Amino acid sequence: MKNKINKILCYFVLIVLSLMCVFSFCLLIINSTRAHSQIQKGFSFALGSFFGTNLKNVLSNGELPVVKGIINSLTVSSLSAALAAYFSVLTAFAIHSYEFRFKRAAFTFIMMIMMIPSQVTALGFVRWMAKLGLMDSLIPLFLPSVASPIVFYFMLSYMQSNLPKAVIEAARMDGAGEFRIFNQIVIPVMKPAIAVQAIFTFVAAWNNYFIPSLIIRSAEKKTLPILVAQLRSADYLKFDMGQVYMLVFLAIIPIIIVYILLSKYIVRGVAVGSVKE
Amino acid sequence: MKKFKRFVAITLIFVMTLSLIACSSPTTEEPKQPEEPAEETPAPEVDEAEGKEGKVLNIWGWNDEFQGLFNNYFAGKGLVPEGVEVKFTIVPNRDNAYQNALDEALLNQENAPDDEKIDLFLVEADYALKYVDTDYTLDIIKDVGLTPDDISGQYKYTQEIVTDSKGAIKGTSWQATPGLFAYRRSIAKDVLGTDDPDAVQEALSTWEKFNEVAEKAHAKGYKMLSGFDDSYRTFSNNVSAPWVDENNTIIIDDNIVKWIEQTKEFTDKGYNNKTSLWDDQWAADQGPAGKVFGFFYSTWGINFTLLGNALETPLPEGVSATGDPEAYRAATEGNGIFGDYAVCYGPQNYYWGGSWLCAAAGSDNIELVREIMRVMTCDKETLTTITKDTQDFTNNIEAMEALAADDTFASAFLGGQNHIKLFVGSAKGIDMSNISPYDQGMNEGIQTAFRDYFNGTVDYDTALNNFYTAVIEKYPELKRPE
Amino acid sequence: MNMEKRKKIKSISYAKWGYIFLIPFFAMYVLTYFIPLISTIYYSFFENYMSGLKQIGPNFVALENYKSILFDSDLPKYAYNTMYIWILGFIPQITISMLLAIWFTSIRLNLKFTGFFKTVIYMPNLIMAAAFAMLFWALFSDIGPINNLLVLLGFEPYRFLSEINGNRGLIALMNFLMWFGNTTILLMAGIMGIDSSIFEAAQIDGASSWQTFWHVTLPSIKPILVYVLLTSLIGGIQMFDVPQILTDGNGGPDRTSMTMIMFLNKHLYSKNYGMAGALSVILFIVTAILSFTIYNNLTEKDVYSKHRGHKMKGGKNEK
Repeated sequence: MKNKINKILCYFVLIVLSLMCVFSFCLLIINSTRAHSQIQKGFSFALGSFFGTNLKNVLSNGELPVVKGIINSLTVSSLSAALAAYFSVLTAFAIHSYEFRFKRAAFTFIMMIMMIPSQVTALGFVRWMAKLGLMDSLIPLFLPSVASPIVFYFMLSYMQSNLPKAVIEAARMDGAGEFRIFNQIVIPVMKPAIAVQAIFTFVAAWNNYFIPSLIIRSAEKKTLPILVAQLRSADYLKFDMGQVYMLVFLAIIPIIIVYILLSKYIVRGVAVGSVKE
Repeated sequence: MKKFKRFVAITLIFVMTLSLIACSSPTTEEPKQPEEPAEETPAPEVDEAEGKEGKVLNIWGWNDEFQGLFNNYFAGKGLVPEGVEVKFTIVPNRDNAYQNALDEALLNQENAPDDEKIDLFLVEADYALKYVDTDYTLDIIKDVGLTPDDISGQYKYTQEIVTDSKGAIKGTSWQATPGLFAYRRSIAKDVLGTDDPDAVQEALSTWEKFNEVAEKAHAKGYKMLSGFDDSYRTFSNNVSAPWVDENNTIIIDDNIVKWIEQTKEFTDKGYNNKTSLWDDQWAADQGPAGKVFGFFYSTWGINFTLLGNALETPLPEGVSATGDPEAYRAATEGNGIFGDYAVCYGPQNYYWGGSWLCAAAGSDNIELVREIMRVMTCDKETLTTITKDTQDFTNNIEAMEALAADDTFASAFLGGQNHIKLFVGSAKGIDMSNISPYDQGMNEGIQTAFRDYFNGTVDYDTALNNFYTAVIEKYPELKRPE
Repeated sequence: MNMEKRKKIKSISYAKWGYIFLIPFFAMYVLTYFIPLISTIYYSFFENYMSGLKQIGPNFVALENYKSILFDSDLPKYAYNTMYIWILGFIPQITISMLLAIWFTSIRLNLKFTGFFKTVIYMPNLIMAAAFAMLFWALFSDIGPINNLLVLLGFEPYRFLSEINGNRGLIALMNFLMWFGNTTILLMAGIMGIDSSIFEAAQIDGASSWQTFWHVTLPSIKPILVYVLLTSLIGGIQMFDVPQILTDGNGGPDRTSMTMIMFLNKHLYSKNYGMAGALSVILFIVTAILSFTIYNNLTEKDVYSKHRGHKMKGGKNEK
């Protein structure tokens, strides 16, 4: 009986929280069905009749390559997520499983750079990329994810609780090489952690505006947040919040799909019990 | 649960694909600008012979406004020489991204390959001098080669904004954006007993009279203005000295102080609705439910933003003042407060908005740049067409005066008033010789800092202090007055 | 003892792999961020900014920039704002996330639809912060639905975006909504990593939910918990996006929602590398001290000691 009351309480809290979360999506969808002047005059819960118009306007705008933008954003975000996850596990593995002289120093160094706000190096980073000839290229948007201190730190924490050294030593005794151990034993154990961090990195890259806005110039390389910002700085004749909301709406569809696909791994992941001895 | 997720994922993919397919078809039907200039246009031979002009013309801006105009009235007319590619680079304004990117590119202009050098770029008035008063921009007469005759038809204030400290004009605009005071006829009748624009103008011709009307309006249950910043431009455009003196000391002009005093008085006495520009409430105040006497708005604002806000139901797609007149009348008649607004000059002349074209030093397409500037900002015919097509107020005195005299150019939205006539009168009276390179930061800074004072969150001195702090963060070279 | 020795020999012979596996990270870091970082620190000792398109400096000024930030600026005020808003959002965030993580993983509760809930609570993080702020403006504007609701319920309308507490509260609420799903997932990953036999054993021993949580769950997920705490703290100190967008970069009424990074961002407008550099160094030192204090207090002295993990392994061996 007590369990039942507990359960009801749990569901109640969950439903309230879910409503709060879904609420913003409802607003987004409602606003994407309304005309600019309706949106400007304040919010209303009534659905408008401008969904088709807004959608058409966004997609037919020649200066706003939405489909290209989605492809670019997908490219940058997937590569960022993959690089950040794989190399962070590799780095964490190095610190976790090996004894070497500069281990402490390497760990401290990574922890220190984790504390440097990204704004600090932003403008210097852009200037440096210009010197390397990487302006107007997607490369500076994903390649630096190889060095992601926060992802590294997560992987290390996860390893500390889930990767017993005995597992590695057993593999060594079986004669496995270090790369093979990493790819065939460590990576599967780390799957849930990888899924979690891949999602986080993907989302962060997907929504990143500041650095891309300084690096990307040409229309065919723009990512979605740049296109949203571009719509928002449109001149008065074209300024249309209906279109802005529509584009934001279009921009979250792919990411929700990716999220739903990856969240499967989080749920299953550890439950199966990848730590087998 | 897995099923549910798969269901959601598939549904989303489906919806997305469907919408992409559904919406890509109509676009093809729309008349498109020809991708390349028509074959029969004779390409200027000179360039070929000299081999000097670059093959890529780079134009930078923060939105696609000029790109659209350029495609319609320049490229669409086959005026781009054969073999030259026009490349637009658009960086949004947000977080100062446009200026950051433009600065980097201009500073790097010398080292950039010819085809990547910026040839033309767009600026706004509030920061125009930041670029104009440097060697990174070209004198449109001496360097670009426009003649004084070419630009003689433009409104003088549009040139003052882009005149450098040595007196050289270094930019040019296709539009002028004089402002007016748009008031509600019904409220004017109730408060002043008349809605005739001349009589209302007489009642609002000075700030003293304006304040008196505000009091009367308040007594009848109306607000004179919607928010704090509505009247700001009318004060700030009429200052007696630039924001910063030659010793880099910030000066707060008497007219700015007047704005602060007036706005504080209006707020405390309930003459305004405590809104800021572009707020929901501000927009709603302009609509059918609004109780606000009037709004300071410039050219672009009246027939577009104000009109949109005044309607109860938005205009259906494809219906506009320049489109089918029958459909326009049907969609607007009796819709919200369409027809209830009228315009008058208000207490002081001012302008709000506008974009300027600057030629970048190092450009390898001077000939083409000159041609673009001439056609897009000096040519009477082009500018008349732009006004007729878009209702934008363009930068040619003769063309605008001709339209002002043309009674068919009356605006149904303004109850049949010819607003162009008033704009013409207002534009001539604008004096922008006191503009400074710091206007952007100063205007934003003072409005933000004093919003707290108007709201009663801080006292006058704290607000002033916050203002100084904010602008010195932006411009470290500046000093507070002693 | 013998075992220990053997391990040691092993690990020494594998040392070079440690270095090899570190190469990608360090090479990429040096190639992308390190050079800008060093120049940031270097220029913090110079007067160096842009006046329009004109470069001022660099003129060596020694510690002038540090002095003016520490003694002449409102940095303490911004530090207070930052911490105030962070705590306002973090307390509900960690509490609710912990609760949800436990509920979702609890065998005893055996909740249904957890997949659905897990998906939904993470969703606010998927929207761009800028778009999220636009929605909040619409919701909490003077004539927005929240105010309509307040009036309907007989309250005075509250001007959320013009009031100090309104602004701070909204920022904290947005931070909470955007990040509690994220934290829940992290904590869940931690809890699910625990061998389920431990929970079963606890249940058989008749441990209450609270005892299970306190004696089994909490110690087991300590590394993840420390991770959440540290990254939230660092994220809190670096709080920028939400307040920047919600207050349009102005920091709300009387700059009371101006965070430290927003203050830093103000100096980037004029590319004031001198002041921005000095501020960055100060922020970095403060963050480092705070983080290492927490880290050292919550974890054992030597994290990489090979004894580590034995505790867990011990648990597993028992089964």
